[in-house]
Amino acid sequence: MTTASRSTVSRAEATGRAGHVADVESLRADFPILERTINGQPLVYLDNAATTQKPRPVIEAVRWYYEETNANVHRAVHTLSQQATAAYEGARAKVQRFLNAAESREIIYVRGTTEAINLVAHSFARPRLRPGDEVLISAMEHHSNIVPWQIVTAERGATLRVIPMDRSGDLLLDRYVDLLTDRTRLVSLVHVSNSLGTVNPVAEMIRQAKARGIPVLLDGAQAVAHHRVDVQSLGCDFYACSSHKMFGPTGIGALYGRAELLEEMPPFQGGGDMIRSVTFEQTTYAVLPHKFEAGTPHIAGAVGLGAAIDYLMALDRDSLERHEADVVDYAVERLRAEPGVRLIGCPTRRTGAVSFVMDCAHAHDVGTIVDQAGVAIRTGHHCTQPVMDFFGVPATARASFAFYNTRSDVDALVSALARVRKVFA
Amino acid sequence: MTTDLSDLYQQLIVDHNRNPRNFRVPPDANRTAEGDNPLCGDRITLYLHVEDGRVLDAAFQGSGCAISRASASMMTQAVQGKTEEEAGRLFKAFHTMVTSPATAPPDTGDLGKLAAFAGVRAFPARVKCANLPWHTLHAALAAKTERVSTE
Ligand SMILES: Cc1ncc(COP(=O)(O)O)c(C=O)c1O
Repeated sequence: MTTASRSTVSRAEATGRAGHVADVESLRADFPILERTINGQPLVYLDNAATTQKPRPVIEAVRWYYEETNANVHRAVHTLSQQATAAYEGARAKVQRFLNAAESREIIYVRGTTEAINLVAHSFARPRLRPGDEVLISAMEHHSNIVPWQIVTAERGATLRVIPMDRSGDLLLDRYVDLLTDRTRLVSLVHVSNSLGTVNPVAEMIRQAKARGIPVLLDGAQAVAHHRVDVQSLGCDFYACSSHKMFGPTGIGALYGRAELLEEMPPFQGGGDMIRSVTFEQTTYAVLPHKFEAGTPHIAGAVGLGAAIDYLMALDRDSLERHEADVVDYAVERLRAEPGVRLIGCPTRRTGAVSFVMDCAHAHDVGTIVDQAGVAIRTGHHCTQPVMDFFGVPATARASFAFYNTRSDVDALVSALARVRKVFA
Repeated sequence: MTTDLSDLYQQLIVDHNRNPRNFRVPPDANRTAEGDNPLCGDRITLYLHVEDGRVLDAAFQGSGCAISRASASMMTQAVQGKTEEEAGRLFKAFHTMVTSPATAPPDTGDLGKLAAFAGVRAFPARVKCANLPWHTLHAALAAKTERVSTE
């Protein structure tokens, strides 16, 4: 059977099982790249945890910015600069609404989640940590939520502690409670795991930390594309996310921080835009959020991020969340039924990602072979080496989803896996 | 450009992946080197027994993808009995072949069976898998003790 007829058949099946697929088909048309073919096959993009594709309004917004409004921000009285500043600050207000922060000055533009976490490590944790203090992370962190803490704890004579998990990929919550002590200065926790797909019970975990007066940072890189996030109702102190994982441009992201904490924190980098006045003797810093935004920012990126948020917020996110859950459940079900395929982790609540290994082939070979069928998945350790060590595998193959994926994408992956078995039979 | 999987996973390569030769720790090894490929998790330890400038034995341990495993297996076969200089020349010839453009026929010179790896040229992400054992050999011959990494 050819690929074309296979996907038509399975698309029809999918429609029969899940009535909302029609909407998704029209949303797919907003993403020009999804029309591409790869190795002669229609692209099946299942690497959304690495980065998501961009809808036309985002691409247009970036183009519009450069064609119509390009100027530096906050620096000149001329009209273009004012318009660029308005677009840049307007996007900040969109991020504020998207995360439901109380004020827009609580939104700091950064390069992405990695820089957001480094900012908190540098400007919040470093000045506070004393020898013997502890920073608490979890067993399923991305390297970007491990290494910055290793650096600052080592420098300050503090200790990095790790909340363990079980074989399902769920954190051990009773152990978490025990790890919250008088020495804990910060909990920095992944909201949704990029390699296991685990959605951590963050609301409850934040409540437990806050009950002891311990601040909490959430790494929301994998959460924002899938769920509505409300930093005020979560009660977290910091929230980090990347634009490129939520349908916006690369090179920009946001750190939410409670104003009270951000006010107390020293700057992250020094330079232009982050000052109020400079003499050779003394510099006074600008007010929030500019204190943390030294140098010319990624203005076009911010504009694109604003457009991504407009796009997302105009969608019926509840129904897309249901659709995505249906596709992910279907992927789990089909992969579980595949001979020689073993899923890594089966968390209580899962979003976005399904990791697996095959008996007959290393993940890397799986990745190459399914790519020949047009199916893009990620293979490797996913920047979570401790997770690989915990499960005793060198690498996994990971399919990760966005709302524009369908059951037929899963079918394409599963038939490509049959080719893997054939090569190594 | 479409690429053919059977160019990459040739029968010889699939066979060496399934039944790697010289997959052991030789008791009289006097040179070792480790190689890893952090992005994909390939890891290899190479053991050589070198005497009077000649590779008397070559073997490996480790885990990795089919390409890196088959490459290590076939490399250990190829260098046994060779002088260090000959093994070094083989390293260069192999490296040149797998990094040459896929559009022209490969220069397989004296590579013999190793020519099977010319197929990786059409899969740029996999060139480093084929090369990993060879870089590790290069380090072992130079008696470098540190870890080599292809990235
Ligand atoms: C859970 C998680 N945290 C942090 C990051 C780092 O994000 P970025 O590379 O955009 O800074 C990622 C991205 O891979 C991630 O999945």
